[in-house]
Amino acid sequence: MSVIGKVKRVGSSISGYLRRLGRSPTWTYLKRDRRAWVGIALIIIIVGMALFASFIAPHGINDSVGPTLAPPGQFLFGTDQQGRDVFSRVIYGSRDSLQVALLLLLVETSVGITLGLVAGFYGGWVDELVMRAVDVMLSFPGLVLAAAFVGFFGPGLRNLIIALSLTGWAPFARITRAQTLMAKEEVYVESARAIGEKDRTIIFRYILPNSASPLIVMATMTIPAAILLTASMSFLGLGVQPPSPAWGMMLFEAMPVFRAAWWTAVFPGIAIMVSVLGFNFLGDALRDAMDPRLRVRSGGGGG
Amino acid sequence: MIIPLFLVASVLLFSLLWIMPGDPAQIMAGSRASQEQVAKIRHAIKLDRPPYVVYFEWLGGVFHGDFGQSWTIQPGASVSSLILDRLPLTLELGITALLLAIAIGVPLGIIAALRRGTKVDYACMGVALFGVSIPSFWLAMMAVLIFGVWIGWTPALGGGLGPQYLILPAVVLGALMSGSISRLTRSSMLDVLNQDYIRTARAKGLRERSVIYKHALKNAFIPISTMLFMRLPFLFGGSIIIETIFQWPGMGNLMISAIKRQDFLVIQATALMFVVLVMIANLLADVSYAYLNPRIRYGERK
Repeated sequence: MSVIGKVKRVGSSISGYLRRLGRSPTWTYLKRDRRAWVGIALIIIIVGMALFASFIAPHGINDSVGPTLAPPGQFLFGTDQQGRDVFSRVIYGSRDSLQVALLLLLVETSVGITLGLVAGFYGGWVDELVMRAVDVMLSFPGLVLAAAFVGFFGPGLRNLIIALSLTGWAPFARITRAQTLMAKEEVYVESARAIGEKDRTIIFRYILPNSASPLIVMATMTIPAAILLTASMSFLGLGVQPPSPAWGMMLFEAMPVFRAAWWTAVFPGIAIMVSVLGFNFLGDALRDAMDPRLRVRSGGGGG
Repeated sequence: MIIPLFLVASVLLFSLLWIMPGDPAQIMAGSRASQEQVAKIRHAIKLDRPPYVVYFEWLGGVFHGDFGQSWTIQPGASVSSLILDRLPLTLELGITALLLAIAIGVPLGIIAALRRGTKVDYACMGVALFGVSIPSFWLAMMAVLIFGVWIGWTPALGGGLGPQYLILPAVVLGALMSGSISRLTRSSMLDVLNQDYIRTARAKGLRERSVIYKHALKNAFIPISTMLFMRLPFLFGGSIIIETIFQWPGMGNLMISAIKRQDFLVIQATALMFVVLVMIANLLADVSYAYLNPRIRYGERK
């Protein structure tokens, strides 16, 4: 099959999914939940910053534009110890911060979902092995292992993603396996087998799309953790490296000077908090909307 | 679960030294070191022998509290003595923070559950949501700024050991944990309040106070206490960050300086100690569950 055909098929399955979602009770409840809208608004602000950074930011990330100055004044958020405009760096920082977090999420979900599908579909010793690994990884202190890994392999974007993915895939594998076990018994899987579809086709074209909803909720709820973890590692000097204006990195660079220059620490932190809050609000609303037990009583009133 | 966790962790941490890029002996000796010094270190950390033999020797040493020696942080000092100096401080900070987190989080969650759907509930849960959304290191920096620099209640620079140095990091770490504790308390209280025995207790005319405190809270505490212990790994992860900011000389602080100075045996040892702490926490979670939940104990006696 051609690439274009594949793209079309993926496209139509996504639009089909959205159409079904539009009519589902989940969407009805989500629309009524104020948290969902607050979350979406905050996310739009952050993503907008990332997309239009070069239009919003008055200066470049490494331009020394003056002495270290306190806000408010010539510079909205002041300038840091190297005379760089903090406002511009916070705006540009949204790019690096979101990229790193989403890259981590992509690696975690691809590894976790694939292993979960395989474990659930084939069962037996494969399942046993994957699930034991999941159990071990879930009880690991993730940040400790990640820090140790970077200690040996050195800091940087690639090692940061590998280090945090070492434990991050496990929750996705667990939930995907549970979904797969349920989906495996459905009639459509049996029919797919009957018409002689290959295992790979059954797993990725039949089971995965039908298990997508809980995985999407989980991915949404994992974004805040991904933002916080990558920022924490960068803050410890174990993640992205200077001169990246990722928010964690900005706070790392602010450490020696923030007692005298509060503005170098306050604004990057607010940016992290706004993005984390946005995804937390949306994730909470999504979870409640998808849980029929919560719907009955709180009716998506939100808050 | 505990033994496989330890084995996997020890194999992982051990093999990092062997699969890392570059020559660990050369790195620890520094770029100006002579060939002889490098060879000496290579021999001392046993890189000149087959890894599977060295692994079992290392593991045997670990059980005797022998983690080898430090090369760059405190050249010549045994790693175990470094850890023994730092471990009590990490525990001191962690336990204080945990107690504070319980003192803040549990009442908040109970109030929110009892007043479900009211403004009080939303306010409590709003605070909790902020608690889980604030980056720990940023909250710590703001606390230093406000209480250390502007108001001047606590030392602005860390590095000391007295209670005045402990209070701020403990409060920050506790506040961070209280967010998830109060969310958990609320949901398990709500679960319990919907149970039949609560309706029975109300129906037989018990006063509301005794229904809440004697019947509901006691049962809600079972999942709460288990989750508390399960949360300890996050506490230790947080303590790495908090110790770095406040220069609290605990084990997290030791680990970060070992990473920065590339003292590889110290990285291995501190990470493994954190894993052991997590294992103990998991064990405590199981024990507390069995202890608090009479149904499990009765089951065993039969």
